[in-house]
Formats: sequence, C-alpha cells, structure tokens
Amino acid sequence: MAPANTQKATISRAKIQFGYRRHPDQDRPGQSPAAHPVVVVGAGPVGLSLAIDLAQRGQRVVLLDDADRIGEGSRAICFSKRSLEYWDRLGVADRMVEKGVVWSVGRIFHGEQQLYQFNLLPEAGHKRPAFINLQQYYAEAYLVDRVADLPAIDLRWRNKVTAVEQRNDSALLTIETPEGAYRLQAQYVVACDGARSSLRQMVGAEFAGQVFEDQFLIADVKMTAEFPTERWFWFDPPFHAGRSALLHRQPDDVWRIDLQLHRYADPVVEKKPENVRPRIARMLGHDKFEFEWISLYKFQCRRMDRFIHGRVIFAGDSAHQVSPFGARGANSGLEDAENLSWKLDRVLRGASPASLLDSYHVERSLAADENIRESTRSTDFMAPNSHQEARLRQAVLSLAKETEFGKRMVNGGRLSVPCSYDSPLSSPDTDGWRGGPSPGCSMLDAPVATRGGEQAYLTDAFRKGGTDFTVLSFGSGVAIDAPDGVKAIRIGGEGGLADPQGLVAKRYDAEPDTAYLLRPDGYVAARFRHPTRAGVAAALSRAAGLN
Amino acid sequence: MPLSTSSNFPRPDDAFRAIVEAHRGLTDEQAADFDAALVLILANHIGDIDVLRQALVLAKRRMIDSQQQQQQQQ
Repeated sequence: MAPANTQKATISRAKIQFGYRRHPDQDRPGQSPAAHPVVVVGAGPVGLSLAIDLAQRGQRVVLLDDADRIGEGSRAICFSKRSLEYWDRLGVADRMVEKGVVWSVGRIFHGEQQLYQFNLLPEAGHKRPAFINLQQYYAEAYLVDRVADLPAIDLRWRNKVTAVEQRNDSALLTIETPEGAYRLQAQYVVACDGARSSLRQMVGAEFAGQVFEDQFLIADVKMTAEFPTERWFWFDPPFHAGRSALLHRQPDDVWRIDLQLHRYADPVVEKKPENVRPRIARMLGHDKFEFEWISLYKFQCRRMDRFIHGRVIFAGDSAHQVSPFGARGANSGLEDAENLSWKLDRVLRGASPASLLDSYHVERSLAADENIRESTRSTDFMAPNSHQEARLRQAVLSLAKETEFGKRMVNGGRLSVPCSYDSPLSSPDTDGWRGGPSPGCSMLDAPVATRGGEQAYLTDAFRKGGTDFTVLSFGSGVAIDAPDGVKAIRIGGEGGLADPQGLVAKRYDAEPDTAYLLRPDGYVAARFRHPTRAGVAAALSRAAGLN
Repeated sequence: MPLSTSSNFPRPDDAFRAIVEAHRGLTDEQAADFDAALVLILANHIGDIDVLRQALVLAKRRMIDSQQQQQQQQ
C-alpha cells in the first residue's frame, strides 16, 4: 500500500497540503508497467467517494491526483440528502453533518417583498436532512481521512496523467511525477478529473452544450450575522437593482453570496475586492466582513455524448457540467460514483458481464440531461435572453404576489433530487401500486426499531446489510428465500424490524407480503405484491445485467 | 386532449371585444407586458401541457404562413 495514505488531514483553514511519495510502481521498467484493476483519476469529492466505495466492496484502487493539496475556495457547498445517505454508507456522513450547516427552508424575494418560502423536507422520519452546507474542502478532507483507513486505496499526490493508450482489455496510462514519468496499466480508468478534464481531451471526446453570457460573482465572506440558516434568493433586490442575488450560510461564520452581474461587465474590474466590497456592504447593510474567496463565473451546461470511452469511464464534472443554481454539480457527481461503483465491482469480480457498465452511461446520462435541463431553465429565468423573455419573467414575478401558480413558476433554482431511471435494469411493475418508489427510483428512508427496541432508520439497515442487492419485505407471512448473495431486510413479522410509526409501510405502499428488490446503490430494481423466488431471481438477473 | 379550435364562445364578438378593450390606451410596450401576463394566466387555467404545446404550434405556424404570403406578394 502507499505510504502517503498514512497522512491524516487536519484542517484549520482553507488548504491542506499532502506530500508526494515515490511508489515502487515507478521503478518498474517501461515495457512491463504495474497492472491494477482500477485507477481513479482525480481526488475530488467524486473520485474520493468512488475509491472508498470500491475499496469497501473489496477492490484495490489506485487514486491519482495532479495536485498535492485540497482545493482552494469553497466551490461546492450544498450537499443533498441523497449524497449524505451515500456518504453514510462510506462512513463519512456523521462528520459532514456535524460540521455542516443543516437547512431545508428557502425563501424567494422580489424587491423587498417575500414571494414565497419552501421546505425541501417538510416531513419527519428521515435520518438525514434535506441539505447541509459545507465547504468542499471540508468534504474532501473528511474523505481523505476515510481513505487513510482503507489500505486497499493507494492515493498518489502529484501524479498527473499525461497520456492514455486504449488496449483491448486495458488502458495504459503515462503519469508525470516530480521524479519523472512512469506507466500504469489498468483494466478500467475512471476519470473524475473535473470540468476541464484532461482525460476527456486525451480520448478526444467533445464536451458540447451551452455557455451563458451573464456573469455571476461568487464571494464567500466571513462575518457574524443574524440571518437564519435558510437559502435566500432575490430577484431585483433593493441592494442590487435589476439583477439577482443569493445568500447562503456555511460553517465557520462564512456566507456564500452570489450576485448576478451585467453581461458585459469586465471580469478583472469586477473581481477586485475594492469593487466587490461596496456591493456586498449594500446587501448586508454593513461592511464588517472579510473575504474568504471571490470568483467570477460564466455558467456552462454541457455534457459528453458518451460517458464510457473504451476502458476510460467518466464521472462527475468531467462528464457533465451544470450551472450551480440547484446544487446539481457535486451531488450529481456523487450519484455517478454511487451508480458506477457497484457495477464496476461486479464486472471486475466477474459476477456480471462488462455490458453492465453500459447501464451506467444510460442511467447517468438521463440524470445529466435532467440536471442540465433544470439548471438551464433556472439560469434562463434569472438571466432572460430577450426583452420578451424578460417581460414573461416580470409577468410571472408580479403574478406570484397574488397567485399560487405564479409562485410555482418563479424559478430561483430547483434543488437536486435523485433522478428516476428509465433503465434496462428495472423490471416494470406488474402489480397494482398506489404509491411507494417505483422501479428506477431511489429508496426512501423511514424510522425502524430493532427487536431490542433500538431506534434506527431503514437506510441504516440497508447499509449494515452491506449495500448489496437486498430484498426489503413486509408482513407477517413467511419471508421468501432470497437468492444467493442477496441480503434481506424484513419489516414486521417474527424477527423483523419494527415499523413504530407505520412510516415504512406508508412510504412503500406496503401490504402483507409486499417486497422490494433494492440494488446495491439503493435504487428499486423491482417490486412485488406477492413475491416468488423465481420472480425475484429474474428481477435480480436483469438488474445485474445478466440477461 | 386535442386543442379545441371549434368556436367555444356563444358570442365570440364579446370575447374579442373584451381583449381589444383591455389593450386600449396601452403603449406597445405595455400591451406586450399585459399579454405576457394574460398568456400565463390562461395557460395555467388550461393546465394541460399537450394542449398548450398544440396552441404554441398553431400560433407559430400562423406566423410562418403569413410571412410566406408576404414574401410571395413581394
């Protein structure tokens, strides 16, 4: 294993430095490079999470990063319930939530007036909140700490991939280090190297989409303030006439402020602290704050046509990029990692054919399209493209003052929820259902109690089962024998978990005998009113890509 | 549901007149603003995305047809 893994990250401020360490792989002669099952490129939130997930499934992972520090600036700040449930399975969510700022309420203002407020998780009985805000560098630091606990991950800083050569059954990487270049052979390479992905350029893939002309100023300021822990969004605020603004709280008394700028504003001028300061002082009503980070953006919404190029698989921003209003960047990257890791693990173990990986492309490109559609609509609403678009938006904002439909049309960002997959891995419903997650949807959390009376959550039971294929079954009847290798969660009946508030049954539209087949990523593969062993086995076979 | 293009008002002249009168005294700019709100209110009342899309197609086709006529006349 890599000695670099023994470095624990401790964070005081924005940056953490890691050391480059020479690895014995670098001493191999060029014609016989070391061979590894999987190399992940990019130690951001996506690459780190993917590596941890694969390692927990028993895979050995080499994780390369061209830098030797955790990124500067806050960058991603909103992590969704879905991401936290994933991080729970990776053993890092408690730390994230403890440090993070929990929120679920957003308010939308027009001028000085509040148009409406929304609550993204209005019901109780979920282990994780709708969102936490947490600076990306904290998330990365906690993930790096977790990596250090897993000897199967070999994290190599200042290892920059400079070339990739596709072979029939592997990819050959050339890697530049401070001590020169070396080569690695990998059965699969996963490129989690961000929006400016160099791997993407190396495979010669296009990254097509839309660039928005409007510029947004993003500043993280440190101050003590009395604003509530909510997402506040303004159209045409008194402190920033004619444009939009966003205020969001982060840990350590840091506040994220997004200000829309004029399309033709000069980025160099706008970014100067002496020009940013008065704008923000107008917004806050005082100037008792310090800058942590200032950045100027033009948003882009674009994606790769195919997420898999031979032996190189793309995940996160390298595969798709969205504008930030909606928290769909990092969260969708984490969903990529969650979707890919169990499939890649099965393929590497020989449990499923390589064609299972095609479903990663199918499912996650659907999600990318949805995220791009949502974030494009939000950005267009905030920055109308013509006089008539501006007029329509104005009409919506004014109608929102007195009509419910107007409020619902106001688009100040539609926040990330898990995508429903129209997937070849799903077995369509054949029974009647009035609710509950249908095949292709993500599992829902709910409170459960153990036989000893201990309170827990369904997501805990799923995690403790080992996040493999799982049959979730209800009722007092006899549980069916799950096929080999499939875990079981039983609600009710002898030896089952209790459903103290009846919420598991309610959220899954359960009747006695109802059963759900959950995939290792917690998505529903199939569901049955009266499961049979053969029926479950057929759905399992389909979900594992064995048909 | 298909878009209804048969005449739905018992007295269509009343409907046309009401819309015309609502625009009286408005500048083009104000009229465009008024129409934007009216479109949104009516679209929500219809509440059927398929019907709305058919209406959008009809409204746009009419523009293309009238442009072509103008070009032929020139």
